[in-house]
Amino acid sequence: MNNPEPFEKLKGIIKPYVKNQEAFENITEATDFINDLNINSANLVDIILDIEEAFQIEIDNESMEKMLNVKAALDIISDKLSEK
Amino acid sequence: MSKRVVITGLGVVAPNGVGVPQFMHAIKNGISGIRHDEELERLQFSSQISGKPTISEELVLRYFTELELRNFKATGILYGMIAGIDAWKDAGLAIEQHTEPDWNSGTIFGTGTSGIEKFRESIYKIDALQTRSLGSTAVAQTMNSGISAYLGGKLGLGNQVTTNSSACTTGTESILMGYERIKSGQAERMLVGSTSDSGPYIWGGFDAMKIGTFKHNATPEQGSRPMSASASGIVYGSGAGALVLESLDVALERKARIYGEIIGGNLNSGGQRGIGTMTAPNSMAVQKCIADALKNSGVAAEEISAINGHLTATSKDAVEIQNWSEALGKTGTDFPYINSIKSMIGHCLSAAGSIESVASVLQLYHGFIFPNSNCEDVHPEITKIIDESKIPRAVLEKEISIIAKASFGFGDVNGCILFKKYQK
Repeated sequence: MNNPEPFEKLKGIIKPYVKNQEAFENITEATDFINDLNINSANLVDIILDIEEAFQIEIDNESMEKMLNVKAALDIISDKLSEK
Repeated sequence: MSKRVVITGLGVVAPNGVGVPQFMHAIKNGISGIRHDEELERLQFSSQISGKPTISEELVLRYFTELELRNFKATGILYGMIAGIDAWKDAGLAIEQHTEPDWNSGTIFGTGTSGIEKFRESIYKIDALQTRSLGSTAVAQTMNSGISAYLGGKLGLGNQVTTNSSACTTGTESILMGYERIKSGQAERMLVGSTSDSGPYIWGGFDAMKIGTFKHNATPEQGSRPMSASASGIVYGSGAGALVLESLDVALERKARIYGEIIGGNLNSGGQRGIGTMTAPNSMAVQKCIADALKNSGVAAEEISAINGHLTATSKDAVEIQNWSEALGKTGTDFPYINSIKSMIGHCLSAAGSIESVASVLQLYHGFIFPNSNCEDVHPEITKIIDESKIPRAVLEKEISIIAKASFGFGDVNGCILFKKYQK
């Protein structure tokens, strides 16, 4: 499977939800979705649904709670992909 | 001391015109917004015509962000947002981005139900065990107060932000509730109005009751026939109307254009007693509503130049005329001019009162009475009460001093407003 870098793919997913474009341009693994990117917390569930669709994975409730920054999201995506 | 309340902004999303200039052109020229509805035909409705506002993708993007439009299916919120924001801008008001909300401005924006398409989609998902995939906006789109919540957020409103609901009286009621709030000094400015979704899931119940006409599936523009002998039922409509109301002091201070003044009105119910039922108005209550509106405005029946009726294009239109006639004590050529915009846009249900109030205020401000379409054959029961010349079939250029607008809804509820030309 020709899978692009998960980081780039994740960036594409969260882009429409971001309110702080400057922080988005400087995004790193340490970037926090709510505090740094000013993403509305209600939109986190939409981001998770988009990730599930893009990566063809299912994210359980416990993992969801942890997905607050880029690193946590990438770790969970990688875990779920390896479980497939 | 109670405040005088004036109208300083208008917005409208109607089947025959989106935006005030387009709408005014349409109503002056009797342009119909009623079309054959393929979806209603496919679903085997008995009435297969409807009035839906025409809104381009490009227009939508002027009011919503792409993010807000993701999984967005609430037509009523779409219409209400366009009408509401247009009214705000028409009043010369800016959309501020201050951290502190605008404590002196609020909204009462009504609807019958919200985001019914979204609600349908959600129910299917829940039943298919996919609740987790509903997304974050299923609640905001389907809660009845969705429209006031969307508007409140877009405009930063810090006063009362709520949604009222009283069936086909909703729009008229929202205006009177906003009026009362300003009059009593609780707010300086209220965005009022109402909206109604489009589509089969809103209109199906009416079709089941056989309230919609089934005689004009091939002739949609002739379908809605208020006051006509050949009236055969309502035509389903949708859209939104909005007005910015302000205390006269605030409007004068900021040198706002004043479209007219609300000098009073009344809301009541027939209690579903006497001949009143869930679906039929109690004439005693209708007459009392109109008479009380005059009384608490300090207006004599002689001062009313025009009436914008509820007049839905059913066989009951003659009863409404009788009620106006008795409430005002006027018959024949003494009766004011009367018209119904439903001939052009159908019955826009919870949006009817506000769209029709926008039409009323435009007539007042610009000095005209729009024509009654599809009424070449005035119902003989109506001409027994009032003179046919009082039902203009062509536009009349005429100064209006006071126009009365009334709406009546399921639940036996009534509302009547008196709009007056503004005078210092």
